[in-house]
Amino acid sequence: MKARQKRLLFVALGIFGVGVASLLAISALRSNISYFFSPSQVLANEAPANAIYRLGGLVVKDSLARQPDGLTVLFDVTDNAETVKVSYTGILPDLFGEGQGVVTKGRMGSGGVFVAEEVLAKHDESYMPPEVADTLKTAHVEGVVQMANQAATPANIPVPDPTPGQVTGGAVQ
Amino acid sequence: MTPELGHFALILSLGLALIQATVPLAGSYTGNRAWMHSARPLAWGQFTFAAIALALLLLAFLMDDFSVIYVASNSNTLMPTLYKVSAVWGAHEGSLLLWAAFLAAWGAAVAALSRSLPLQVVARVLAVMGMIGIGFLLFMLLTSNPFDRIFPPPLEGRDLNPLLQDPGLAIHPPLLYMGYVGLSVAFAFAIAALLGGKLDAAWARWSRPWTTMAWVFLTLGIALGSWWAYYELGWGGWWFWDPVENASLMPWLAATALMHSLAVTEKRGAFKSWTVLLAITAFSLSLLGTFLVRSGVLTSVHAFATDPARGTFILIFLCLVVGGSLALYAWRAPEVSDGGRFELLSRESLLLTNNLLLTLLTALILFGTLAPLIYEAMGWGKISVGFPWFNTMFVAVTPFLAFAMGVGPLTRWKQDEGERLVAELWVPFALAAATAILAVVFMPLTSGWFLVPLGLGLAVWLLAAQIQTVRERLRHKRGIGALLRDLAGNGRSFYGMILAHLGVAMFIVGATMVSNFDMEKDVRMSPGDSQEVAGYQFKFLGVQNQPGPNFMAARGHFQVFDGDRQIAELWPEKRTYFASQKPMTEASIDWGLTRDLYVSLGEPLGNGDWAMRLYYKPFVRWIWLGAVLMALGGLLATTDRRYRRAVRKSLKAPAGATASAGS
Repeated sequence: MKARQKRLLFVALGIFGVGVASLLAISALRSNISYFFSPSQVLANEAPANAIYRLGGLVVKDSLARQPDGLTVLFDVTDNAETVKVSYTGILPDLFGEGQGVVTKGRMGSGGVFVAEEVLAKHDESYMPPEVADTLKTAHVEGVVQMANQAATPANIPVPDPTPGQVTGGAVQ
Repeated sequence: MTPELGHFALILSLGLALIQATVPLAGSYTGNRAWMHSARPLAWGQFTFAAIALALLLLAFLMDDFSVIYVASNSNTLMPTLYKVSAVWGAHEGSLLLWAAFLAAWGAAVAALSRSLPLQVVARVLAVMGMIGIGFLLFMLLTSNPFDRIFPPPLEGRDLNPLLQDPGLAIHPPLLYMGYVGLSVAFAFAIAALLGGKLDAAWARWSRPWTTMAWVFLTLGIALGSWWAYYELGWGGWWFWDPVENASLMPWLAATALMHSLAVTEKRGAFKSWTVLLAITAFSLSLLGTFLVRSGVLTSVHAFATDPARGTFILIFLCLVVGGSLALYAWRAPEVSDGGRFELLSRESLLLTNNLLLTLLTALILFGTLAPLIYEAMGWGKISVGFPWFNTMFVAVTPFLAFAMGVGPLTRWKQDEGERLVAELWVPFALAAATAILAVVFMPLTSGWFLVPLGLGLAVWLLAAQIQTVRERLRHKRGIGALLRDLAGNGRSFYGMILAHLGVAMFIVGATMVSNFDMEKDVRMSPGDSQEVAGYQFKFLGVQNQPGPNFMAARGHFQVFDGDRQIAELWPEKRTYFASQKPMTEASIDWGLTRDLYVSLGEPLGNGDWAMRLYYKPFVRWIWLGAVLMALGGLLATTDRRYRRAVRKSLKAPAGATASAGS
């Protein structure tokens, strides 16, 4: 084989490989992504009924209730406009707390209770997940009515601004 | 007064970096030797002042100087001294200072160890490092000065984030930063070579030890971070495909590809443009990692409170570095002839395969990490990519990589025969196949029935193929004495490679076993209760309060039995730190080569009952031991006499003479 042909073969193989890989990667991605919804969006039936998604907001003060089995907890998540009840079985992360931001991942169960499989932990208590910060801002600024109007277009607000904690910088790569 | 001196030292360091970035570079074009000679002392000076700044910040921490905002928000009088030291890089401003100091340190190291490099090359390399230094020092002085004061000073500091009050985390960031920043040396060499329009074997030989050294630090840093996450976060996982973790893995993968591509460029003079591109990519990815971490645009379990202004600065810096170097590449690279012809079956081809696969993996991880940003920008909603996707991608690519890793070292440069390779490799292949079949027959069938034979088979394949490679090298010699002589002679980079590849085999065993056979139990336990996990009895004896230096701990007591025999006592803790009132789980682990037993406390449930998490983690240590082996291999390779001798040789012959050798 001539050097030129060889190089062409390599390039062709390379392009083919990358093409196949990216096709597979993208199709696999579709089944592995989970969307984020705020309580208002969930109550406006924007969230899928039978799929896993993420629900985030603030944990309502004094809403944490432990069930008799000792491992299941119920708590309310709010965006200051609407509230959704969440149940989670397992050990809560250290920085979980009432009045603080939280992101949970799971699906809607019966009776309007969101059954979380995962409750996200943060390293830093003054950190607010961008989606939650966004949600609170949206609900605060635009009010509930507009939230309902927004139903048609899912939130595409520009880069969030997680303001809390001016002094506590980040660390740890 | 000392904080102002620190601030001043930073400004001086920036001033020197400015001169370092311009004067030697100008000298290298005008042929002004005095200007080129100024590069070394300038690099030393930049390092000295950055080190002074770092030392003064350390002093502020040790003296509990809470008039400095950074100290007040990250320290506390009660904190043990070790953590006062590690708090220096415990948050954003200090970690940037550490970063800048390390960058200056690498620059000083290049200045010190480049006595025999052509003056022009030294001047250009150090000038490029000076430019990067400007970027980071400016970033720090403009957006995140660690020496800012507060008035009136608080009486007590806010304490360091409890998660960071841990010995593992005291050394994890420095190692990782050394790696990140070390890639700037490979980058600087590549840019200097592009500036000179001379990409030759000599350039590759100079770059190799530096790249390998940076890779060693990066490997250790990532491994330590993974280990820390495993025992400190209390979830028992060792890798979460979190954006911040991906940010460190991507430069690692690119650096791994770069090491291998440099080998081809040095030995055969091929892949030159590709090598340069990889050097640029590796460093750009470490900058991108910084941007992702600092800007807070991605939700991450590692995320900390962030400041968008900082993100913007790094984004601009990133664009300048990537855009500038790619423009230079586009302008210069076409002039570089691609030498070194090779046949389809040759070591070059296999190393090319390695490079393609590593690049593909990097690209996939980059895509998965940035997908949430892409979706948001396109208005498709806010998403997160689940870690199963990353696992699938990783498992889809790595087996090919591991297979090539077995064949590559045995294959000859330029051209090889298939029959010869089959004769060399049929035994390793048969052993691997036998292992896979045994795994299918004897291992309990779980959902990972396909992955376990694959993983264990590949590990045996790697082990046997590397042994075969060593035997082939020592074919005409006999005994262990020959191996030792080889090690003392010219064999170090060869044995370094073997060691690193064995590290990969070890990692594969660990990852396969722990991913498929670990067990986890979330339970409620009363004192006296027993729970069984993977055949081990965990007996809970109760929880007692125990004060620590700056926290109060609820300390649980467990006895673990294997049958009737007690094999371990575990003391997991739930700490509450005084200053921040933050709870913090300290898991307790009985570690072993073949399994870890792991207990972490959840919440108290009244009447002495607690929620607990119990784990059985088989072979989990092999993951980190594998990484340590890889790092040791890299370290061994950098001590190869070739690099030193080559340098001496290039003293006699000007670089131009060796340039034509490969092309």
